[in-house]
Amino acid sequence: MAERTIAVISAGLSKPSSTRLLADRLGDAAARRLIERGDTVKVEVIELRDLAHDITNNLLTGFPSSQLESAIEKVLTADGVIAVTPIFTASYNGLFKSFFDIIEPGSLIDMPVLLAATGGTARHSLAIDYALRPLFAYLHADVASTGVFASTDDWGSDEDGVKPLPERIDRAAEELVGLVTRSTRSKVLHDPWALPAGFRPNGPAGLE
Amino acid sequence: MQFGIFTVGDVTPDPTTGREPTEHERIKAILTIAQKAEEVGLDVFALGEHHNPPFIPSSPTTMLGYIAAKTEKLILSTSTTLITTNDPVKIAEDFATLQHISDGRTDIMLGRGNTGPVYPWFGQDIRQGIPLAIEHYALLNRLFREDVVDWSGKFRTPLQGFTATPRPLDDVPPFVWHGSIRSPEIAEQAAFYGDGFFANNIFWPKEHYMRLIGYYRQRFEHYGHGTAAQAIVGLGGQAFIRKNSQDAKDEFRPYFDQAPVYGNGPSMEEFTEQTPLTVGSPQEVIDRYASMRDYYGDYQRQLFLMDHAGLPLKTVLEQLDILGEEVVPVLRKELAVNRPAEVPDAPTHASLLAAKKTRDAAAAEQQLVSQEA
Repeated sequence: MAERTIAVISAGLSKPSSTRLLADRLGDAAARRLIERGDTVKVEVIELRDLAHDITNNLLTGFPSSQLESAIEKVLTADGVIAVTPIFTASYNGLFKSFFDIIEPGSLIDMPVLLAATGGTARHSLAIDYALRPLFAYLHADVASTGVFASTDDWGSDEDGVKPLPERIDRAAEELVGLVTRSTRSKVLHDPWALPAGFRPNGPAGLE
Repeated sequence: MQFGIFTVGDVTPDPTTGREPTEHERIKAILTIAQKAEEVGLDVFALGEHHNPPFIPSSPTTMLGYIAAKTEKLILSTSTTLITTNDPVKIAEDFATLQHISDGRTDIMLGRGNTGPVYPWFGQDIRQGIPLAIEHYALLNRLFREDVVDWSGKFRTPLQGFTATPRPLDDVPPFVWHGSIRSPEIAEQAAFYGDGFFANNIFWPKEHYMRLIGYYRQRFEHYGHGTAAQAIVGLGGQAFIRKNSQDAKDEFRPYFDQAPVYGNGPSMEEFTEQTPLTVGSPQEVIDRYASMRDYYGDYQRQLFLMDHAGLPLKTVLEQLDILGEEVVPVLRKELAVNRPAEVPDAPTHASLLAAKKTRDAAAAEQQLVSQEA
């Protein structure tokens, strides 16, 4: 029915990484649901590791390389974002935060977002709620209430026998798809060159 | 087409020796550099304005006044004059004075300034940067053109029956450029007034500036000042030049690697590919800058940043010799080729005065005709 793009951001530092693994699972689950609804879906994966130097350079010079600019563009023009980071020292890793630091303020307003994280043990699972969620609240993104945390054990025996990882992934993907299909964000024209309402080039305080 | 240099006036240690010039040495060096610019045949010298270390030019018209006395032809400009935190009345007074001292060799480039604390130090709020730039310039524009101004706005105490003195030389205000890195509001403002638009050009990839300049040109036409091709565009640039390309790269690399603005970031190779910085032979610099008009259209002013990142004065003067003797004369020729006749030169005091005389004569004739009728 609709053509939709899901941008999947993975801040895993190793290759392969369990963060990317979780990101792919979430991307697949969301895409499957959208396809079942009759949508055409494109999943764009952004591996921040590949952009790590460009991200640091952007922090220092103030502008993105063309490769980084196209990655940012993919995120901003997506219909939904899946953001996945490893938990380092009690929070998202620095690469993850740096990527969001260089994105123009205000450009993720109303973006449907699914948050996910990986870590060594389940003791870190609340980092999604005390670290990632406030970041995306600041960005005024539209965040799914379920966040998915995968600890190392989740990839093996069903550590959580009541709610194993695949079920958590399914539930989160379902919520993201709900946000994406209800969102009107993609239909609104985002013109970075638009002048503010009431702007007058010779008015007092630049206003009419 | 005008060529020149612009400086931010930073005091930076030479990374190859660790030696940091004193403020006194740096101020004197800038005065020497400006005189050298005229000696090697450049047209413009533009000085930045800063109010925090490690920068020295807090009082640009003092320095430009000295340079005016020591030069004959050089146009004195700024890069940029802070329209946000300066009182527009003081800008009108300072630059009209400089215009008289320099016999009209004065123009101004306005900018907002992006050093956060400077705003509160001067009683302003950086979040009001754009509204300040718009309102302050609206007043400045009138102070230059109207002998007696009544004015009230949001940011400055009102004026009743105020006359900014001295009046501009020959009643012709200095030409104004508006500098911006990313704000369409400032491009819109420049277009509205029919003023020049200067794209710093040295920190962002060309695609960004192509959009910004394209927007300004389109709005210039919209406001009825001429065609988009006739809009007045200036560009920044940056080069380090030696006879042999590899010598230039070897000599400049330590300065690049530790430069305050981009040091310890991208490699010199990445940065030269992404921005107009060109490090190489005269021919490489010529080729790079001869191609700028392919992206931005035929333009009026090209300024180069040559004296930063701790480069010693001796090196800067050598660079200016190469720029003035080997690069700019060739660029002048190349950029004149296929330049459409409709594209004007950058306005100067002489051209603005001539235009004013034509206007005045036409108005006088009109009056005579209506009296006879």
